[in-house]
Amino acid sequence: MRIEAYERIFMVLAGLMLVLGIVGIGIGALVAGVHVPSPAGRIDPRTLSTTSPFDQPGLRDLGGGKYEAVVIARAWQFQPDEIQVPVGATVTFTLASPDVIHGFVLTGTNANVMVIPGQISQVTARFDRPGEYLWVCHEYCGFGHHLMYGKVVVR
Amino acid sequence: MSATAGARTVAGRGAVTHEGIFLAEQLWPIKGQLVLALVGLAIGGLMGLQQALSRVGIVLHEAMLMQSYYQGLTVHGVLLAFLFMFGFGNAFVSLAAIRGFERPLASSFLLQGAFWTMLAGTLLAGYAILTNQATVLFTFYAPMRANPLFFLGAALLVISTLLTALNLVLTRRAWQREHPGERTPLLGFVSVVTYVMWALASLGVVILVVFFLLPWSLGWVKTTDPQFNRILFWFTGHPIVYFWLMPVYISWYLMVPRQVGGRIFSDSLVRLAFLLLLIFSVPTGLHHQYVDPGIPTIMKVVHLFTTFAVVFPSLITAFTVMAALEDGGRARGGTGLLGWIRKLPWGDPSVAAQLLAMIVFILGGATGVVNASYNLNNVVHNTSFVSGHFHMTVGTAVTLSILGITYWLIPFLTRRELMGRRLALVQAWLWFFGVLLFARGQIAAGLIGEPRRSSIAEAPWREVLDVGLDHWLTAIGGSFMVLSGLLYFVVILWTLFAGRPLARPLEMPVAEMRFGARETSPLFDRLGFWFLVAVLLVAVAYIPLIVLYLPLQSVSPPIKVY
Repeated sequence: MRIEAYERIFMVLAGLMLVLGIVGIGIGALVAGVHVPSPAGRIDPRTLSTTSPFDQPGLRDLGGGKYEAVVIARAWQFQPDEIQVPVGATVTFTLASPDVIHGFVLTGTNANVMVIPGQISQVTARFDRPGEYLWVCHEYCGFGHHLMYGKVVVR
Repeated sequence: MSATAGARTVAGRGAVTHEGIFLAEQLWPIKGQLVLALVGLAIGGLMGLQQALSRVGIVLHEAMLMQSYYQGLTVHGVLLAFLFMFGFGNAFVSLAAIRGFERPLASSFLLQGAFWTMLAGTLLAGYAILTNQATVLFTFYAPMRANPLFFLGAALLVISTLLTALNLVLTRRAWQREHPGERTPLLGFVSVVTYVMWALASLGVVILVVFFLLPWSLGWVKTTDPQFNRILFWFTGHPIVYFWLMPVYISWYLMVPRQVGGRIFSDSLVRLAFLLLLIFSVPTGLHHQYVDPGIPTIMKVVHLFTTFAVVFPSLITAFTVMAALEDGGRARGGTGLLGWIRKLPWGDPSVAAQLLAMIVFILGGATGVVNASYNLNNVVHNTSFVSGHFHMTVGTAVTLSILGITYWLIPFLTRRELMGRRLALVQAWLWFFGVLLFARGQIAAGLIGEPRRSSIAEAPWREVLDVGLDHWLTAIGGSFMVLSGLLYFVVILWTLFAGRPLARPLEMPVAEMRFGARETSPLFDRLGFWFLVAVLLVAVAYIPLIVLYLPLQSVSPPIKVY
């Protein structure tokens, strides 16, 4: 097979570029600690509101500046749709859906996760600056999809 | 003499026509599928206007006879991503294969069957969508309920492509019997590889629809597993983008060089690129599911690697196609490092549209690498960034190229001269500037966190999320694209109904080779072997995933939410 010199140079450079990309991702994950969401358990959407922890949605203070926000994403609202935490708080959002697929994107952070019936979703965000952080449902979930949002108030 | 050399001589002389290989009973289903594709483009494309203007607070769905924004969005997605793409793919690649193998397709029955199943699928799915019984977008994620006719229609559209795939494989086999020991001609080879890739890729959605969603929507089974269904959807959902792209690659690699007076850089590199696409397109689906809760992290990492591997053939494309264009530009008297670009036939609307599509693809590809980059995806997943990205790839690199291809394809099929050439040029440039504005707006809004596929005009959080000027860029750019689409149909209808008859039938443009098939390793021609490699990689990427995921979590009954 005949491969021209220019072809070969280009292919090597293209390969190097992709390797560099993978290295960058690796540094992001292993050094900077930016991870993708991992499995956090399964749950039956039909009995969601009577299953712990979703029988008591809301914010829990875990101590040491750590919080857990248990949020139900249902058509078409988040429950609760507002939580308040102090500056410096690290909040783990635990989400599940009793009906169709929803999404959760928290603006101004890296928290982004799908909420899929049958699965429990978990993402963590740290709030170092005061303000209001909007979160929005980012997966089409029906007629009122655009009405689904909430916010974190950081004081 | 090899078959490739034969095609070269014929094309080079320009006097010999290929009349005899295009049979009437094969041309009508090809034309029919092209018409279905363009109907899909017209209706689906028009709906884009409501999405673009929604950004600046204008609610248009009622004016467009839709009951909700999302019904219009479903029409937009299903008609463009499925009907337009499948119809064009079937028609164009069938023609390319006939020309490539220099013989009719093996089966007129299969070809006509492809047309009838596509028509039936369009009518069934179209009925369900237009009566608001399937407002589930083109992703139709369970447990959203849809009329079973929608799933049946979608299945028929896929079956239509699989009939075409079977026909192409049979045609190659017939050609091999007629030419024992010869290398498969390049144009025939790339046509078959495109559809063989798709046949493997479609497995996910076929299993999803036939074994899960159809029986579930009919009430034969009560519940389904939404997470597992998403795995099946994205098994097909990523490689489908290569099924959209590869017909256009056929034009970029083998036809545009001819249109600009250049030669293909090398036979080997084209075959290598298509074989790599066959191997790496499918085992990559999880990069659409990096933020799914139910998928083991280790498998997401595996798919990160395969996804980066499939970028490689597209980078080869950047080199090979550019080299062929430079060859053409220099043959036309272009000098210096970049002088050849100006010398390309920019006045030919078919060429201009495809060159502009290639330029946009550079940006589209780069943003695609962002989406694919694992943890970087956290920032952009399901935001407007993604729709900004895919309107530059499938929405322009593919769509604008298809428009460009039809500027010679429709005169070729109808033997009528293309009318309104200057209008066609305006169309191409308007689309180009339109998509750049549109994508700039979408990408910036997405980085702020604006979700995709949301009725933003009606969203209470629209004022909170300070997107500002970017919404205007999206609205103006999107309107330019719709206007460009209208110009396109003016040109096409003008050509169809008032085009001057051509004195001589057109030839399909097929370029010559700088380095021909003789230098190519015979191993490249063993399609069965490469298909097996692809199947093995799919097994490596998906079997551990399924084993780790099981048992199924079948907990969701159908729920109607629209």
